[in-house]
Amino acid sequence: MPLKKLLVSHGTCCLAAGAKQVHTALQKELARWGLHDQVKLKQTGCHGFSRLDPVVVLEPDGILFAGVNEEDAPGIVQSLMPGGERPHYLFYTDLRTLEKIPLRDDIPFFNKQKRLVLNNCGIVNPEDIDDYLNTGGYKALFRTVSGMTPSDVIGEIKKSGLRGLGGGGFLTGNKLEHCAREPGSAKYIICNADEGDPGSFQDRSILEGDPHAVLEGMLIAGYAVGAVKGYIYVRAEYPHAIKKIEKALCQAKKRGFFGGNILGSDFSFELEIFVGAGAFVCGEETALLQSLHGEPGMPYPRPPYPIVSGFQGKPTLINNVKTLANLRWIINVGAANFAKTGTESSRGTAIFSLSGNVNNCGLVEVPMGVSLREIIFGIGGGIPGGKAFKAVQTGGPSGGFLPAEFLDTAVDFDTLRDAGSIMGSGGMVVMDEHTCMVDTARFFMAFSLKELCGQCVPCRLGTRQMLKILNRIGRGEGKHSDLDLLEELGKAVARGSLCGLGKTAPNPVLTTLRYFRDEYEAHISEKRCPARVCKDLITYRIDAQKCRACARCLKACPVGAIIGADKQAHAIDQNLCIRCGICLDACSERFEAVKCIS
Amino acid sequence: MSEHEIILSPANKLLLSPFKGTKEELIPILQRVQEQYGYLPQNVMLDIAKYVSIPESKVYATATFYSQFRFKPVGEKHICVCQGTACHVRGAEKIQDVIEHRLGITAGETTADGKYSLETVACIGCCGLAPCITINKDLFYGNLTPGKAVRIFAEPLKEERENAVKKVAG
Repeated sequence: MPLKKLLVSHGTCCLAAGAKQVHTALQKELARWGLHDQVKLKQTGCHGFSRLDPVVVLEPDGILFAGVNEEDAPGIVQSLMPGGERPHYLFYTDLRTLEKIPLRDDIPFFNKQKRLVLNNCGIVNPEDIDDYLNTGGYKALFRTVSGMTPSDVIGEIKKSGLRGLGGGGFLTGNKLEHCAREPGSAKYIICNADEGDPGSFQDRSILEGDPHAVLEGMLIAGYAVGAVKGYIYVRAEYPHAIKKIEKALCQAKKRGFFGGNILGSDFSFELEIFVGAGAFVCGEETALLQSLHGEPGMPYPRPPYPIVSGFQGKPTLINNVKTLANLRWIINVGAANFAKTGTESSRGTAIFSLSGNVNNCGLVEVPMGVSLREIIFGIGGGIPGGKAFKAVQTGGPSGGFLPAEFLDTAVDFDTLRDAGSIMGSGGMVVMDEHTCMVDTARFFMAFSLKELCGQCVPCRLGTRQMLKILNRIGRGEGKHSDLDLLEELGKAVARGSLCGLGKTAPNPVLTTLRYFRDEYEAHISEKRCPARVCKDLITYRIDAQKCRACARCLKACPVGAIIGADKQAHAIDQNLCIRCGICLDACSERFEAVKCIS
Repeated sequence: MSEHEIILSPANKLLLSPFKGTKEELIPILQRVQEQYGYLPQNVMLDIAKYVSIPESKVYATATFYSQFRFKPVGEKHICVCQGTACHVRGAEKIQDVIEHRLGITAGETTADGKYSLETVACIGCCGLAPCITINKDLFYGNLTPGKAVRIFAEPLKEERENAVKKVAG
């Protein structure tokens, strides 16, 4: 047995940051020193701390090397030899204290979390079923099919208080029970992995880092409701996740976890992977079913709910990746233990994709009920560059914006809803003082308009009109009456639309109007964008007094809009300028002559 | 290669042969065809309708609904600018502007020489490295600034750039 292990994270983000090259370099280096027998190199899913990607962890010591690149491989490998010195320069540096922290478990980003569902991500090799089995994998399945009746399983999940983590927040146990009660022998389970919310990547990370947990969850749910077949509906934009889940399924099938008479029981279950084709609306369950049927993903009114009549008209249970990944935990630790985490109404943990203007972007799993402040400033490490916090957006295009007053709000289904936002599927985008709320609301409205299916009038036309008004305000051509009109339209779209997409599409506009009305007013009355984002309302100018005619901005400008020559102060031709801000970046570190004004 | 050659090639029959021809397979079939040709050629679409036994209009209804499917070939370099929330907040629009100016096309277009296609995509899930772009799915650039984007696309317009500098200096 090798004594030490080097874990290289291979999530989409990590691969983008060069994990594969690091893996190869480490492999070569280990071979060069003849250490490949003593040190095992292992690929894992993502640890979830995006800023540090790619990450290499030395086990069993628990030392984390951050931001590793190929050239660091010799340093890491040599440190494993007797008397070898640890490469301190690769240790995590705390941004506030500038302290170097070698151990993974000492890094605040990790030790302030409570990782249940994400526990295996970054630890197990997603491409090796034995690795999963060694951490207690498929134990819950074994316990389920060999010692529990389907109603025992449902009872346990009901007792746990788990709620659907795809955004709905329905009690999972109740849903299972309802589906189990439906008559008929052909029932289906669908794992909704069509994670389309821009700013969410936790489902992707779970599929990439711990695919067997999702498979095991589907098997447990399948046993509970008496399903014969399952589908994982995963979006095409996640090629790595698709590969990982396909491989995991193939291995699980070989070991007899799928097919007939699973683990010697009467339970038989098949699973197929269905790759989506790029439609956000297919995250809505009825649209997802249409898509599975080979139709355009157009939602239809419920009832009948999929649980009564879903895939091919049969009772179908549709659950999110995170919900399904929770099931094995509940069976393993018991409902009572599971329910100890979280709040009275929301049990267990919440998983967020923390991103935007925050120091520590990444995947965060915390007990339900933790405050937004703890997530953003405790785990997230606050706002970069000493800027001020402005808003946090949760729940993607269906969610809302919350200002600083709400930082002490507890994160759970009901409290967030009362504050005007939602848990949604778990996107959490932090925005600093340089983010324009009008622009961001416009962004979400444009997204919803692009992604809507087009069949019902309130959604199709309402969002178009709302976007038109927002565009007008962004250009400085808004009228005072626009704000009331936006609100009226938003309420009408929310009330009149057929599916969840339309019903929630106005949320970003309505919450920004509620909490950031002054910013809208600045755009309308003063024709000014206070955050200096809206392109029609800003200009870049060069202060001739400060300009040293260094030609940095002149060379950097992509459109040749900067006029000037040697020893002659530069100026910007406003007709050519595309307001990209490259000149400001080029100048700011030295002379601060370029200014952005609104 | 003309479209006639594509449809009449035995390879095309082979392409559809792993499918049973049920309606539920329509999206996987379209994905397979696009994987093969890079887009959905018209004649293949008509053949799919026959294969799955549904009207051609239905095949188009499904194919045009989903943003993954294309009806024209893409350029040699297929650039996708991520427009997820995190990317937007960190300035993806400026990145897009800069690339559009560099290549002289807007999102959804291909350059006349067929070298570059530009597309915006909803979140690719690398929010920690925002803003980001991908080129041909395998090349990834994260933590971009407009300046870095300019440097990535420095090649195609290098000449023009030099001329501009000369003009100013002169």
